[in-house]
Amino acid sequence: MASKNNTDIKSLVIRVCVGTGGLAAGSQEVIDEFTKLLKKKGVRAEVLKKCVNKTGCRGFCAKDVLADVIVDGISHTYQLLTAENVARIVEEHIVGGEPVEQWLVGPEYHAFHDKQTKILLHECGHIDPEDINAYTEIGGYNGARKALTMKPENIIAQIKDSGLRGRGGAGFPTGLKWEFCRNADSDQKYIICNADEGDPGAFMDRSIIEGNPHSVIEGMIISGYAIGASFGYIYIRAEYPLAIERLKIALSEARSNGFLGKGIFNSDFDFELKIKEGAGAFICGEETALIASIEGKRGMPRSKPPFPAHKGLLGKPTVINNVETLATLPSIMTKGAKWFSSIGTEKSKGTKVFALTGKIKNTGLIEVPMGISLKEIIYDIGGGMEKKNRTLKAVQTGGPSGGCIPAANIDMPVDYESLAAAGSMMGSGGMVVMDDLTCMVDMSKFFLTFTANESCGKCVPCRVGTKRMLEILTRITEGKGKSSDIDLLLELGKDIKLASLCGLGQSAPNPVLSTLHYFRDEYEAHINEGICPAGVCKSLRRYTVSDEACKMCGKCKTVCPSDAVTWEKKQKAVISKEKCIKCGACYEACPFNAIL
Amino acid sequence: MSLKVDEIIGVVSSVLDETQKKRGTLIHAFQEIQKEQNYLPEEELVKLSKELDIPMSDVYSTATFYKQFYFTPRGRKIVKVCTGTACHVRGASKVMDALKNEFNVGDGETTEDLAMTLESVGCIGCCGLAPVATINEGIIGEIDSPKLSKMIEDIKED
Ligand SMILES: Cc1cc2nc3c(=O)[nH]c(=O)nc-3n(C[C@H](O)[C@H](O)[C@H](O)COP(=O)(O)O)c2cc1C
Ligand code: FES
Repeated sequence: MASKNNTDIKSLVIRVCVGTGGLAAGSQEVIDEFTKLLKKKGVRAEVLKKCVNKTGCRGFCAKDVLADVIVDGISHTYQLLTAENVARIVEEHIVGGEPVEQWLVGPEYHAFHDKQTKILLHECGHIDPEDINAYTEIGGYNGARKALTMKPENIIAQIKDSGLRGRGGAGFPTGLKWEFCRNADSDQKYIICNADEGDPGAFMDRSIIEGNPHSVIEGMIISGYAIGASFGYIYIRAEYPLAIERLKIALSEARSNGFLGKGIFNSDFDFELKIKEGAGAFICGEETALIASIEGKRGMPRSKPPFPAHKGLLGKPTVINNVETLATLPSIMTKGAKWFSSIGTEKSKGTKVFALTGKIKNTGLIEVPMGISLKEIIYDIGGGMEKKNRTLKAVQTGGPSGGCIPAANIDMPVDYESLAAAGSMMGSGGMVVMDDLTCMVDMSKFFLTFTANESCGKCVPCRVGTKRMLEILTRITEGKGKSSDIDLLLELGKDIKLASLCGLGQSAPNPVLSTLHYFRDEYEAHINEGICPAGVCKSLRRYTVSDEACKMCGKCKTVCPSDAVTWEKKQKAVISKEKCIKCGACYEACPFNAIL
Repeated sequence: MSLKVDEIIGVVSSVLDETQKKRGTLIHAFQEIQKEQNYLPEEELVKLSKELDIPMSDVYSTATFYKQFYFTPRGRKIVKVCTGTACHVRGASKVMDALKNEFNVGDGETTEDLAMTLESVGCIGCCGLAPVATINEGIIGEIDSPKLSKMIEDIKED
């Protein structure tokens, strides 16, 4: 590229990632440095805060500080920036027109993005979530504007045609749910956005709200109008203060633009929204419990029918949709049902956002077309296992309601049906990658602890059943399992699923049942042989050094906190049974897998 | 504390009756009280019960249902250790155990001098940084042994 004089630059935008990760890595200093140097050079530039939290941005903040330098529309992304690097970028790239190759993001970054299809996350991290104009400039609110010129029935038909299914877990067809509500006879109806996001390991909804709150509001306007609701609630976890703050700003901006309130978009449709903060109960994500909570009661679910679409909030017909479902609506309205249904598989349309976490290299939020294989997610987008010497064991989806897919099945497509057939579920989108150091019994115990804790106590199968299952799992991990325990777990699991009142109990045994299905041998090893093959269950651990595998590097001695390892140069390590506190530090540190 | 019921409920109050309105403000009122006093003192709940015409038993039963509400005073530093899935996989229990031992408190307990309260919490939405903990508003991610020692120091200093 020919050398450029800075006056040639028509537009210069610099976006710096200010995520939780970014801030910790010094992104504020980077921003300050850019601003200072550019001012000195007399270059007019917009220095923007790229994304607001680690998870909301591109999920690639292991390489923080990330920054985009966009000269006349051509963007280059830098990684691992510090304030000291800024001067050279300004000098060589912005003034000189030559990007600083060595600091640009590498192939990993591109691999992370290339296989993704971003509909929902497209704007997240690219527009200022606290400025409504940033959203309207890229066509925001056109979906709602268009919807308001249509007959509600036609909107519902369009959503039905698109094949959109609820992203909150169960995957119920959105258009159909709306139709039930639309057809219910009532003077008052409500639309509720479910932003309770209680699944541990999931943070998609929060990121969408933090990154692009107006898309959720726009979705609510569309659905509100379609079902004939003039009021809506956004029920959001109190643990998400930044998301709440962003929503409040977005609501007030939408109001002053005439997108909320009386006669919105100059139509005769009135629509108002209100934020309700949850008070910390997982069960309140379940729709009938959520309704009870908004009404000011204990958040306990009730049996269905009647479904909320007939009798919901305060007894009135109500539609409850997940954040992601709602945020998808604007693009279906503007781009059409055909466009949306062209993405995905026969029964699962569009894209899904996942929170990719666990023992994988690139953790973060990803958005992929339905039907993509787990393998592509893990190896292409996720960059493979976090540690080279570890192998993939399983992938957990659906959180405490879901199950795991063993490594052997990772060619499987990710869609509602395939996941269910494999004994797991789509759930809200948590995806946890586990390596051979993960104990499946421990994992089930972990999820069961969660569900047993969160069980609201209303129905016996769930309240008592989960507790009993947890006790059994606990004794197995402590080496006190009985040979009858596996059958007992299977039987209890089946009964709890059948007899529980709500989705929590009906799905709580899934993590146990699915690991029993695929990893029964691990349970048996715990019970019959008293060993934990993954080396996680403390009471069963005996750490020893394999004479063949030990390369005498001494790493284990360095990391041992209790001085239990004896090792001298050129000697094999020995672990003292008496001193060992079974913390597993040596096991994790050994580069040769020589600790058994 | 006096409650502006209509204001709290917002525009939707135009379609609600009095009982529905009052009931609808209950949880919000808890949140306000707790923001001010950092727990829900009994006197306040009694007052609330009178003001909203909801029996004390019902007020109490609703408040105790939600994990967010506390009925005893809390520490000046609230330390929350995430034990969500991602953090669990990456060793949250080590962090929790270390803090328990250091401050001699159990999960959910407050030190006698009210210096700190230790809690395990569900996913706080930073799984990419697992294991994660928070001290008051501040987030600490990717906690390893050095960071853990630093955390303990931070908690100790007043
Ligand atoms: C125990 C339990 C927890 C749930 N948590 C959530 C949640 O956090 N967010 C959510 O959107 N849906 C959650 N759901 C599903 C909701 O009940 C409901 O199906 C969903 O919000 C409907 O929206 P959708 O059709 O757009 O998916 C939960 C269900 C159960 C049984
Ligand atoms: S599991 Fe700890 S932040 Fe999500």
